[in-house]
Amino acid sequence: MSSSQLPALQVVLPLLGAVICAFLRRGTLAWGVALCVTWTMPVIALSMLWQVLATGPISYAMGGWAPPWGIEYRVDMLSGFVLFLVSGVAAVIIPFARKSIATEIDSTRQAWFYTMYLLSLCGLLGITITGDAFNVFVFLEISSLSTYVMIALGRDRRALLAAYQYLIVGTIGATFYVLGVGILYSLTGSLNMVDISSRLGELGFQPPVLAAVAFLFVGISLKLALFPLHSWLPGAYAYAPSFATAFLAASATKVAVYLLVRYFFSVFSVSQIFEGLPVSEILIVLSVAGMIGASLVAVFQEDVKRMLAYSSVAQIGYMTLGIGLANKQGLTGGIVHLFNHAITKAALFLAVGAIVYRMKTCKIDDFAGLGRRMPLTMGVFVLAGLSIIGTPGTAGFVSKWFLAVGALEEGWWWLVAIVMVSSLISVVYIGRVIEIAWFREAKPIADNAREPPASMLLPMLFLAGCVVYFGFATSMSAGYASKAAAHLLGAEQAIEVPAAAGTKQ
Amino acid sequence: MTPSELIIAALLIPVFAAIFIPLASAAPNLREGITLTATVLLLVTVLQLLQLVLNGEQPEWTGLEIAPGLALAFKIEPLGMLFALVASSLWIVNSLYSIGYMRGNNEPRQTSFYICFAIAIASTIGIAFAKNLFTLFLFYEILTLSTYPLVTHKATEEAINGGRVYLLLLLGTSMVLLLPAIIATWVIGGTADFTPGGILAGKADGLTLGVLLAVYIFGIGKAAVMPFHFWLPAAMVAPTPVSALLHAVAVVKAGVFSVVKVVVYVFGIETLSTSGHAGWLVYVAGATVLIASIVALRQDNLKKRLAYSTVSQLSYVVLGAAILTPISVVGATLHIAAHAVSKITLFFAAGSIYTASHLTEVSQLNGIGRRMPWTMGAFAVGALSMIGLPPTAGFLGKWYMLSGAASTGQWVAVGVIMASTVLNAAYFLPVVYAAFWRPPDGEAAEHNHGEAPWPMVAALTATAVATVVLFLMPGVPLTLANMMVGR
Amino acid sequence: MNPFIHELIAHYNQWITIFLMVSGLYIVIAKDNMVKKLVGLSLFQTSVYLLYISPGKILGGTPPIMDPKFSVYSNPLPHVLILTAIVVGVATLALGLALVVRINEAYGTIEEDEIFARGEEE
Repeated sequence: MSSSQLPALQVVLPLLGAVICAFLRRGTLAWGVALCVTWTMPVIALSMLWQVLATGPISYAMGGWAPPWGIEYRVDMLSGFVLFLVSGVAAVIIPFARKSIATEIDSTRQAWFYTMYLLSLCGLLGITITGDAFNVFVFLEISSLSTYVMIALGRDRRALLAAYQYLIVGTIGATFYVLGVGILYSLTGSLNMVDISSRLGELGFQPPVLAAVAFLFVGISLKLALFPLHSWLPGAYAYAPSFATAFLAASATKVAVYLLVRYFFSVFSVSQIFEGLPVSEILIVLSVAGMIGASLVAVFQEDVKRMLAYSSVAQIGYMTLGIGLANKQGLTGGIVHLFNHAITKAALFLAVGAIVYRMKTCKIDDFAGLGRRMPLTMGVFVLAGLSIIGTPGTAGFVSKWFLAVGALEEGWWWLVAIVMVSSLISVVYIGRVIEIAWFREAKPIADNAREPPASMLLPMLFLAGCVVYFGFATSMSAGYASKAAAHLLGAEQAIEVPAAAGTKQ
Repeated sequence: MTPSELIIAALLIPVFAAIFIPLASAAPNLREGITLTATVLLLVTVLQLLQLVLNGEQPEWTGLEIAPGLALAFKIEPLGMLFALVASSLWIVNSLYSIGYMRGNNEPRQTSFYICFAIAIASTIGIAFAKNLFTLFLFYEILTLSTYPLVTHKATEEAINGGRVYLLLLLGTSMVLLLPAIIATWVIGGTADFTPGGILAGKADGLTLGVLLAVYIFGIGKAAVMPFHFWLPAAMVAPTPVSALLHAVAVVKAGVFSVVKVVVYVFGIETLSTSGHAGWLVYVAGATVLIASIVALRQDNLKKRLAYSTVSQLSYVVLGAAILTPISVVGATLHIAAHAVSKITLFFAAGSIYTASHLTEVSQLNGIGRRMPWTMGAFAVGALSMIGLPPTAGFLGKWYMLSGAASTGQWVAVGVIMASTVLNAAYFLPVVYAAFWRPPDGEAAEHNHGEAPWPMVAALTATAVATVVLFLMPGVPLTLANMMVGR
Repeated sequence: MNPFIHELIAHYNQWITIFLMVSGLYIVIAKDNMVKKLVGLSLFQTSVYLLYISPGKILGGTPPIMDPKFSVYSNPLPHVLILTAIVVGVATLALGLALVVRINEAYGTIEEDEIFARGEEE
């Protein structure tokens, strides 16, 4: 296979894998196929990323048709980063799926689950890699539809409701997105993102462009679960199979954030969006509302998956805050939080998945006494929880640092205070779980509780290790995000350097 | 070993102790042996570093950068050296005492106790040796997190609630106030490295400096400046060795250490005194000193009385820094050391009383001096030091602070120091008097329980002696303090 | 008045699009019956099809089959795109209906208000 076909392989391999899984009967066999495919994904993503770092963005013409008439796959710093993130996290957590899915889904349907998982992976990777606006819609729907099915395969009948509600909301979102693309197409005559960008520059600012921005923003925000368009997320995360939740929490919303960044910074220009329109204000207000509101709701949840889902909504607020700040430090914070939150939430949901595997429950009250019975699992939970809180020494602190610096550079000290207050609220909901796990006597339901098997434990521990590692060794996460942010803000904005910051880069 | 290797060794010794202790959990004597070995090794390392610092060197070690210009880095300057010295020498005594206490009271979960202790000490060393605000903040938070299991050790409803107040107040102040202050410093000053003369010297106007100072002082919750002092009495639910650790060895000392460090190396004494907006700190610190003393007067529970006494004494240090003269800062620094040895003596005595006789209230202590002469003798020494009378260490810090305040005409500070001396006498001397000169009463007096287990008595005697020795031979702390302010 | 009526008639395709979009969304939001919601969703998606296809027709253009007699062709690309979108819409509708069938089996009803009135058991 020549390396020049890698972009296509990134999407085609999971697609083929999904087809193979559709014909299999046995869940374990399907898991094997999913494992092989998923493990090749980060290899492909990484080799493309290296190439991008060495020689600049990769442009691949699908089917040999040259852009802008053909569909172009474009790997640049940002998309390469997100590709590696999604494929990397998927590769780390796929070993977890074997035992977890085997207990949570009927044996007749397990192969279908892996089919849907591979389709979802294909869709998410496709959204990231493609450079064609309509192609994004196609992959968006591929990933969304397969996600609806994944959720519906959960044990609880409320999973069906959650899937249905996600279907309604998600389809509205995708339709808004395609409406926006349609308006852009009729304005510029092109579907290729780079091409649209250059043609929009000539158009200036007209009402149709405004309409396109609005539709795109709302459509992507529905997928992003930006407050107040987040209502689908708690149900979806709570009732889906544990592995599905871990996978989705680490990837689906991150890809949507990527899409938002791509549109705001690469397709439209920074001056159009952030200076011409109140997008910055809207994003900041909604992010703040999400951060505080969702964190508060999380405190009162009985079910740990719902609690973590609301926590995710709050953390997504951090990412959109970084985008809304639209300066180099803020955007770096938003992009690096994409990465940090993905590994943190994946670790948390894996820990919860292990507890569900042993105890068949995810009510927080049933966690009583688990600190002693499942110390490693709860240890992962604590460590990842500290990252959610943003304790120094964990990855979450790094994102918070950049966000706060970005906010202070604009002079918005009150925003810094709000970010910190939301972290304080997360101390309460994480602390509640810790208190119950260590200070209460174990209930009868915990009689079976002991550490999960190695295939489930190792991915968790690895992710927890990553959480600490990326709290200190940030060249790969924050260093890279910083370069990507600088690249995105590009020549549009002069590099902001505070007056006395002699020691910064 | 090279100086930077010594720094890493100092950090890693308690960490390795924390790793090996759980392996020895089945053999208590071996486990305790690991702790004690680590304490001795740590002290040896710290003493070697002390030699270097007294010669004028400033060993450093730089690690990974987490953001451009923000690295995990250590650099030993005189104040940090003093703090590390205090912490490491008191760890030995505290460990000895813990062994006696935990065994004497048959406390459960002793292994996790010693592990958290070791991690807390490691973070204390990290705070002491921090080169920049990020490293300080990192270990400051680790200290909060590692002492939480210690505070909630008893796992009773009361302990859990106390732990909640402890955690929420300390994490709240550090996350909402201290971290933004650090970030603001980085943005305004361009660096987070502690700089002689202050990072912010000449970089910001007086009002900004004043506001930032307020955010720092209230953000450093471990310094227990009112109104963020509630965690201290709430943490009294912990076993006494933990209270000793909190109040003398590590936690509060980390707080006031950070305050002095911020005043000297982030703002600069000169910068603050000319800014015109830092004067409020004298009043806030003074108010804390007085109010806490008055509350202490009304506490019958001995540990609660000692807790409020600590709140009051900590604000002595803040007051000393707030007076903003080099001499008063020397006094504040000396008081960090003096209060450490004196308070640990008092807490050891309180725990000793509890272990031997199960008494906790001041009103029950009549005549106990007869039955526990060593303990109450040490208590008396500690009390004299709190009041600030020679020949105890507490006198030194007070003297320097008074000199500094009088020399710049800050009569409010002078008044506060005088008034609090009287108040201290008012709530300590009656305890000593009752212990020795009142006849015993109550059923506790019926049986002669004698002294507490020997490790506890040995520990408290040692610290009581140290209190006096520190007064007679203040050489090292005084030198270090003078080096810091450049005298 | 003339220019307004002229506007109305000239852009009648846009007006139909808007009408479908809004009515589709209204049905999704206002109706409790799950099948009706799906109907509304389909209606909403149809408005998008119109939005794409109608500008594609060039007045005086022929279907895009190359022939020396004709020089003005209608744009084929929107049709291609909309075929894709229709497929997506059909798949979504099918999935939605399948979910409704399963929900009916699980809950015995497909009215959302009835299901929510039951509250969260367990």
